[in-house]
Amino acid sequence: MAVANAVEWTRRHLIGLEDLSREEIELVLDTAPQFLAVQQRESGIKKVPLLQGRLVVNLFLEPSTRTRVSFELAAKRLSADTLTFTSANSSAVKGESLHDTLANIEAMHSDIVIIRSGFAGAAAILARRHRSHIINAGDGAHEHPTQALLDAFTIRQHVRARRDDPEATLDGLRVAIIGDIANSRVARSNIWGLTKLGAHVTVCGPRTMMPPHIERMGVEVTSDLREALVGADVVYALRIQLERQATGAFPSLREYIRLFRVDNDSLKVAPRHALIMHPGPINRDIELAADVADGPRSVILEQVSNGVAVRMAVMHLLANSASVAPEGPL
Amino acid sequence: MPDAAANTPPATVLMSAEALADTLRDVARRIITGHAGHEVVLLGILRRGRPLADRIADAIESMSGTRPKIGSLATTLYRDDIRAGKARLSAPQGQTHFDFDVDGAYIVLVDDVLYSGRTVRAALDEIMDYGRPARIQLACLIDRGLRELPIQADYLGLAISTQPRDHIAVRLAELDGEDAVLLEPGPAVG
Repeated sequence: MAVANAVEWTRRHLIGLEDLSREEIELVLDTAPQFLAVQQRESGIKKVPLLQGRLVVNLFLEPSTRTRVSFELAAKRLSADTLTFTSANSSAVKGESLHDTLANIEAMHSDIVIIRSGFAGAAAILARRHRSHIINAGDGAHEHPTQALLDAFTIRQHVRARRDDPEATLDGLRVAIIGDIANSRVARSNIWGLTKLGAHVTVCGPRTMMPPHIERMGVEVTSDLREALVGADVVYALRIQLERQATGAFPSLREYIRLFRVDNDSLKVAPRHALIMHPGPINRDIELAADVADGPRSVILEQVSNGVAVRMAVMHLLANSASVAPEGPL
Repeated sequence: MPDAAANTPPATVLMSAEALADTLRDVARRIITGHAGHEVVLLGILRRGRPLADRIADAIESMSGTRPKIGSLATTLYRDDIRAGKARLSAPQGQTHFDFDVDGAYIVLVDDVLYSGRTVRAALDEIMDYGRPARIQLACLIDRGLRELPIQADYLGLAISTQPRDHIAVRLAELDGEDAVLLEPGPAVG
């Protein structure tokens, strides 16, 4: 029998996967399956009382539907009460500072605050000054840790099923991440997470979308889609932010599609078992061909289902572990 | 603590492998008697309740010819110490799994040691979230006293009185390579 992961959860906040050890990431992944089972109950009540009476606040200062809804459902499935502030109706538009906004939320005795912001570092800054558990739901181009955790969880489930080994890890797995790497917090969190879990990551995109010195994160870099897809166990297409075309960092859309679209033609060099992933929402037939997104290799909707379970695991660990210091460092 | 070993009395065998087998057969016989006209299902509380439930099911099958359905209950998501933030959280050791409908079922919960009663309370809450059983009963190998909730076993192997510092070691072939129940006394006070 394999030695169980004995690490205890000690963190008060989840800011980024850069901060976490491999063991801590695996603890989140190991904690999630029981919550997947809660959602899949065929009869009875699809929730558990782990956060009963606790207040979870969604503070979304950037547009997002699926991440916000996923966190909200995760909180409800843990029996928490939930409140949601979005940029359209928050006082941020009236000029209130982020600290003031959070101070007002905390005056209502919040236990967990989930923050999405356009500014890299927003979650970390709040975590240093406030009492609630802070979960980063995306801060600028910095990190989106729960997305990378649910991606790693989804990959691990498939690796374990394919190898018929309930203990299989991501060690040696080849993952290709395709798209606008420079502006992607999803890519950054996934690079931190996947490399810590032992996977071999290749990033691929136009040179203009590649951050300088990205290879220092322990990844291979290429602008040749074919090279990225050869031998890839996982093909992860990032969302192209069409609004960024105007900035000039973007080649023409037609050129992007010709060189970087993941479709049945470009996938010919990838193994048959390769998983197709995307963080959503998809620009169909731009970064990812519609028939591939809907095809048998696609696990995109599983990512969504797994996201709720993984976010339940994160909230449960942050808010319930006795090893978490009431005050103190991140 | 260098003195602990010197002050610790030796372990006592509460049940040998033979006594454990006899106890499980006796529990099985009483479960059959207690379920005349009703189909019984067994839910083993993880970890050691599950192999005990498997063995009770074997005994029920050999005596009555019918093997009861079996499932596993983790109870983790319903534990009051976790909800109160009093447990250090590490990777869970197992997961609730059963593939029968609990609505109207006659359930026997199976666990190794009955102590505070809090695990059984969590198990009852967990089962109730899946439906409304006709009846839930409890089978335990050892009742060591020191209850903190009004819970008792319907089918019991052995009742003893213990101190909180004592440890009851239930060793099962499936997990520990041998069958035995030991009382390992804590260090003597004073």
